[in-house]
Amino acid sequence: MDRRELARALSSAETITVPARAFEPWRVLGVTGSPGVGKSCLVDRIVSCWLERGERVAILAVDPSSPITGGALLGDRMRMASVDAGDNVFFRSIATRNVPGGLPTRLNRMVDLLIHEGWTRIIIETVGSGQSEIRIVAVADRLLLVEGPARGDIIQAEKAGILELADLIVVNKSDLEGADRVADGIRLSLNLTDGGAAPVILCSAETGDGIGEVISAIDSLPNVRGPAIARARERLLATHQEYLLSHPKFSDVLKGLSEGRMSIEEALSILQRG
Amino acid sequence: MGALSGIRWVQGGFAARPIMATPLRIVIAKPGLDGHDRGAKVVARALRDAGHEVIYTGLRRTPEQIVRIAMDEDAQVVGLSSLSGAHGFLFPRVCELLREAGLKDIVVFGGGIIPERDRPALLKAGVAAIFGPGTTSSELVTFLEGLEV
Repeated sequence: MDRRELARALSSAETITVPARAFEPWRVLGVTGSPGVGKSCLVDRIVSCWLERGERVAILAVDPSSPITGGALLGDRMRMASVDAGDNVFFRSIATRNVPGGLPTRLNRMVDLLIHEGWTRIIIETVGSGQSEIRIVAVADRLLLVEGPARGDIIQAEKAGILELADLIVVNKSDLEGADRVADGIRLSLNLTDGGAAPVILCSAETGDGIGEVISAIDSLPNVRGPAIARARERLLATHQEYLLSHPKFSDVLKGLSEGRMSIEEALSILQRG
Repeated sequence: MGALSGIRWVQGGFAARPIMATPLRIVIAKPGLDGHDRGAKVVARALRDAGHEVIYTGLRRTPEQIVRIAMDEDAQVVGLSSLSGAHGFLFPRVCELLREAGLKDIVVFGGGIIPERDRPALLKAGVAAIFGPGTTSSELVTFLEGLEV
């Protein structure tokens, strides 16, 4: 499959028929974190390092579609100079298309195809807000959470729940004041949980400080997957949601519900019948 | 104001439009050394509001990079913006490289400061339309929605 055929095939994920990928060694890194913490710039740095050592890197960058017009402005690419750098890097912008449940399944098939086609590292960069962030664990083998200074107290991150699922936490913008305090706060919070805490690393994607440490931390993530039950749960929920959304009676049921002709229990029983 | 400048917002123009079944994927690109992208961003925003998926390349991309981006993003349309006067080289070069890459189905349109006298040569080289200052966003959207892609 040449590059153009690959690009076309990724557009119709539902027609991808390659076998599901093996989970070892792990290849798919999810990168998540709030808007503005520097996910794209950090990914740019990681991609450059991987390209230098001969990896073939594919990046899937997810941005939201407008709930009103369905349109999307996909701008992650402009922040990543490394992704226009040659044959060994492939960058694809993906709009959520307002099917939060369907996205992980679509992404899973895209990732299977990319790995089948010989891409050695896959990065999925998420939207950066909302519940769908947790669903990323249904696709990514490993999860990198990006944090930054001056984002309120760390309770914000604990609220989101994603902190528990992260395999590695990077506090970006270490060139700005307060980054080290944020890192300490996260370490303290993680150490209150049983079991091996995820590493917390300070870096600056802007200056390049600490990027080497981030890369070695990614390299030394264990091959055993993280919280297996939580991952399985998200995969199951994502698949179930897609199943409901693609049910032939889905729009009838929605209409019935919105007009008050149907109770939620009746709606569910219709959708759960094959 | 930058490339494709002078686009006037059509009040309430797009919100009432039905969501497109399959949005067009459109790459908005800044070829060459020109650093002005206000116009390109306004166009990107107008196309987004018309229900399309718009990929903005960022500044200073080479024609080779733009063609690679259009291929990887599986775009149907590429919009080129230039205010530096280098359109006479850059726009035809993008069209030529698209054809070489087997992407002749991709529709290319241009905008920015493109003097009238330069336009026939660009159209001949494969640019489908040129939108200068004063273009309304609805003219652009009507053009795109009339395409058979």
